[in-house]
Parts: sequence; C-alpha cells; structure tokens
Amino acid sequence: MEPTRLVTGRALPLERANVDTDQIIPSHWLKRIERTGYALGLFEAWRKDPSFVLNDDRYRGAKILIAGANFGCGSSREHAVWALRESGFRAVIAPTIADIFKSNAIKNGLVPVELESDAVSRLLAAVKADAGTTITVDVAQRTVAAPGLEASFALADFFQTYLLEGLDDIALTLRHERDIAAFEANRAEWLPRVR
Amino acid sequence: MSSTLSEKVWERHVVRRAAGEPDLLYVDLHLVHEVTSPQAFEGLRLSKRRVRRPDLTLATMDHNVPTNDEPAEDISARQIEAMARNAREFGVRCYPTGDPNQGIVHVISPQLGLTQPGMTIVCGDSHTSTHGALGALAWGIGTSEIEHVLATQTIVQTKPGTMAVTVEGVLPADCAAKDVILGIIARIGTAGGTGKVIEYRGAAIRALSIEGRLTICNMSIEAGARAGMVAPDDVTFAWLEGRPFAPKGALWENALDDWRSVATDAGASFDREITIDASTLRPYVTWGTNPAQSVTIDGAVPDPDALPADARESARRALRYQELLPGTRVRDIAVDAVFIGSCTNARLEDLRLASEVVRGRKVRSGLRALVVPGSMRVKADAEREGLDRIFRDAGFEWRDAGCSMCLGMNPDVLRPGERCASTSNRNFEGRQGPGGRTHLVSPTVAAATAIAGHFALPADL
Repeated sequence: MEPTRLVTGRALPLERANVDTDQIIPSHWLKRIERTGYALGLFEAWRKDPSFVLNDDRYRGAKILIAGANFGCGSSREHAVWALRESGFRAVIAPTIADIFKSNAIKNGLVPVELESDAVSRLLAAVKADAGTTITVDVAQRTVAAPGLEASFALADFFQTYLLEGLDDIALTLRHERDIAAFEANRAEWLPRVR
Repeated sequence: MSSTLSEKVWERHVVRRAAGEPDLLYVDLHLVHEVTSPQAFEGLRLSKRRVRRPDLTLATMDHNVPTNDEPAEDISARQIEAMARNAREFGVRCYPTGDPNQGIVHVISPQLGLTQPGMTIVCGDSHTSTHGALGALAWGIGTSEIEHVLATQTIVQTKPGTMAVTVEGVLPADCAAKDVILGIIARIGTAGGTGKVIEYRGAAIRALSIEGRLTICNMSIEAGARAGMVAPDDVTFAWLEGRPFAPKGALWENALDDWRSVATDAGASFDREITIDASTLRPYVTWGTNPAQSVTIDGAVPDPDALPADARESARRALRYQELLPGTRVRDIAVDAVFIGSCTNARLEDLRLASEVVRGRKVRSGLRALVVPGSMRVKADAEREGLDRIFRDAGFEWRDAGCSMCLGMNPDVLRPGERCASTSNRNFEGRQGPGGRTHLVSPTVAAATAIAGHFALPADL
C-alpha cells in the first residue's frame, strides 16, 4: 500500500447518519472476484436521484467524504472502502465510524477521521456554502484543518504508522513467527480441527 | 483481578503484546465463504504465501448460491468456482453446494460443533458475532484481514470495551429471541455497542435455547458491537455433546472443566451496563431502514416530529423510502412477500415455530412466501419432521440452504416497491433487492403475516 501522509482537497457533504455499506456498495457488486471495478457501484441506488450530492458537478473530484454518525455500519464488505478509494476518496470525516469499516479503511489508505459532531457540522456547513473549500487531513499531526477550523482526531500510534509508511501488515506479523509457533505449541488438545 | 467473559477469552489468545501496539491474537477458527475471500486468496498467490493452518480454516458457499434448481448466473458461478479452486489450491476444506454439510457459515459451524466456548472465531462477514452464543469471541473482518489470518492464523486487534445487557424476568409467551434483540437495539440504537463486546446476561437469556441465543448474538453488529456473547452453561454443554467436531471421551471432560471457567467473575465491572425487563417486551416489527427503527406489533408507525431531534431526519427519509405514513397501525400494513431464512432465523427451532403457525393454513393469495433453511442439515432435519410438507401445503416455497433473500445476491430478490416481512437482520434500503422494503420480524410473526397478508400474531388468525 502507498503511504498516506496528507490528504488535501475538496470535500463531498453527505448529510446522512447511519450510512450503511449496502448503500456505499450494493451487494450485487460483491459478485466480482477482483479488488477493482467498484467505482460505478458507489452509492449506486442514491445516485439514481439527480439531486444526490454525488451527482453535483461542484463536488466532482472531492477527496474527502463528510458524513453523519455511524458511517459504514452494517456488513464487513471491504468493497465499500475499495469503491470509495477508486472514486478518489482518501479520507472520511464523521462523528463516529463503524468498527469494521474503520479497520478496512486503514488497510487501504482511506483515513478514518472521527470528530466531534459540532466540528463535523461546521465542516458540512462550510463545504455546502462553498464547494471549493479546501480541507486538509494531516495523518502525522492527527489534525483536520479548514478555513476557520482546526481540530484533532484520535488515531492509535500503530495505525498512524501503518498509514504513514504504507506497511505490509502480514510481513510485520510474520516477523513474530516464533511467538506464533510458541502459542500454537500450547493450545488445548480438545480444540477442533477441520481436517 | 476480576474480569469479564470477553476479556478472559481475549487474554487467552494474546500471542504478542507490546506497548503502543494493538494485541496480536490467535484465531482458533477461520470461517471462509465465496464472497469476501477471493481477493484474499489472490493476495496470497501474488505474495507467494500459503495458508498457515488449513486445519483451522473451513470454507463453504452461502451468500451467492442459488437455492433452487436454477443454475447460478455467470458472474456468480465464476465466484463459486473461485471458492472451490482456492480451497483446492490452498488445501482448505470446503463444503460446496450439493454437500450435505453446506449452508450459511454461521449456521453450519455451531451445528457441526466447531463453535465451542472460549474460542476465537473470525470470518469475513459481520454476522460472525453469532458464534458468541456458545461463549466464543467471534467477530467479522474485512478481506485484507482475511488474507492476514489465512497467512498467519493471527489478527492484529485493538482490545474492545465491555458492555453488559442484562435481560431479567420472563419473556411473554408470544415473544421470541428475535424480539429480545430487536427490543435491545430499539433501546440502545444502531451504534449503542460500538467498540464493545456485548455480554447478554440475566434470567431471560439463560432461559433461551442455544438457537435463541444464536439469534441474539447474531444481531449484535446491528447495535454496532464488535461481538456478542453468552456465558456457556449446562444448556451449552448439552447442546454441544456428541456433535461431529465436539471433543470426545477424556477430552470432553477436560474441555468441560475448562469451559466452566469461561464466565465473568463476580466482581468484574463493564464499561457500560443496561438492564431490560423481559416482561415488558412484545413482538417487534421494524418500520424504517435501520434495525433500531422499530415498534411493537401493537403499535403504529411513529410521527418523525414526535421523535428525538437527532432521529427525525432519518425517520422522515425512512418513511419516504418505505412509503409509510405516520400513525398507520402496524397490523394494517400489507406485505407482498415473506422470507423465513438467514443466519438470524433459519435454524430448526425457527422453522418449527413458523410451521406451527402455518400448519393447516394457506398463504394469503398473491403473496410470495419463501422458506430457506440455514443449512442442508437443517433442511434434512426439518424434512425428517415433515416441516417441508407443512410449508409446501400452505403455499410456501421450500428451498435449499443459502443466504438468499437476506441480502439479495442470488436471484431471490424483491422487486422495486415490494414489501417483505423478513426474519433476517437488516432492513437497509435495497437490502433485499433494489427498491425493496424490508420489515424485520420473528419467525412466528413472519409466519402469521404470510397467512394474514398483513403483520399479525398467531392469535390474530
């Protein structure tokens, strides 16, 4: 994965809470066996409405998605993150982001940013008033900056390093092969084996 | 120091702990299905990695498979073939379509006795929380994490918080496990458990069968929780004994001794605790487009203006999508389809409950009604009891095992505008097919609704 240090760009205001992964990418797109080819499926049902914000030319090319609370709830489908990435998004800002989505996002260089509801509301208002508003998400500083607003967000050190360096986490874990083997040697005898 | 059930299981699986890093946890069982795994196997191929523990990895096909005699459409067939090919290439046991053990991943693993107390279980599916019903710590993961678990049999995880949901008292006779969990979600909301593992406790939970507990833990994710668990007890042990992968002989005795210690200590505290009186619960019906938007069957569609400020906009949106008016009595809402199935409610007990309601009755004319057993074993068991005849005679379609109309990946989908009473877990917009409208209910309510043509209890028939 490529390193992600700074995300600077315009933002798409999606003023809805509980945006679930079935909306982000409907299930029929999950029949694909590739990691790519999901951009057209992003918010497929909502996009059929011409007034949906993703159809608004003023927000074309946005890199940051701003949404309501509990963004990415529902299914574990990583395809939701792939669809956002493929469509140019590099960060999601919301008051809360669902656990599995957050973890999937970090694995794919999509920065999950949880801010106080009040800060999210101000960002939404700014972006709605002026689609050209530039927002910067700084992974190294763990801050979000927009005209008249500066806020910091929580991101555990480990995941911050992960994003900043674009690490291969499997290679990282395999460095602990001895710990894994030692653990395996002590597992209870009754634990099931499927073959 | 005293600790909770989930903390105990967590601590037992820490492979490596380092300051400033999430824990590296061992995974006792990795369940795999055709939809979220192909990209993970491809990743292994590209990096020339193998599956570390094929003996702790089990695959099946459930999300995308046809549940009737029709062949899968080309793109689905390609995914099903990829699962079979990946299993062969990487030495993973797979129960494909046509196998007597095939079924929804969260139905087959407990049924085979693979899901056991104190284990860690992961799967690329958010409803992996189901397995917590037997005292396992089980949660859903994404495809990148699947690849990580395949390659290392471990997962890097931040330790979740703890939450106790205690359901005291006795459940009314016309309520089911589904009503307990819908009632809990109505109370705590779709993000009420975010970042936490919910432990379900109390007399009403203890009184439930394992199948009922599976239904409750299944929908923990609908409250945003990382996982849901019930401490193992004699009900658990009796249910497990003799199952194909359960320990046998002396190992069974050893396992029992250990499993009895898998419980929250008396002095342990939770990050959040709530208590619910079971006797106040009623059969629930969701009216909206998230699982917290529900009322009891005796109620009416709410007026968004009467809801708390932060719930109004999504309620208005939901009512527009669902084409419902505030004040409409739930029993006056007519449906076009009834779906009895999914990892939430397609086990033998669910089918028995539904069959009792439909026995000797007929599905309302013009209504489409489907029973999709959770596994081929459930199907065979039900047929041995003659349940298939009861459903077919009433006008239900009786299908093979799969996820089917729960998520609309196979041809079992709602048409735009169709309204469905469904025993599944999600009522998101378009979940059962683009433009489809879902109302979540228990198997009993689904069955009565199929007969009445509108939401109903058996007593209404």
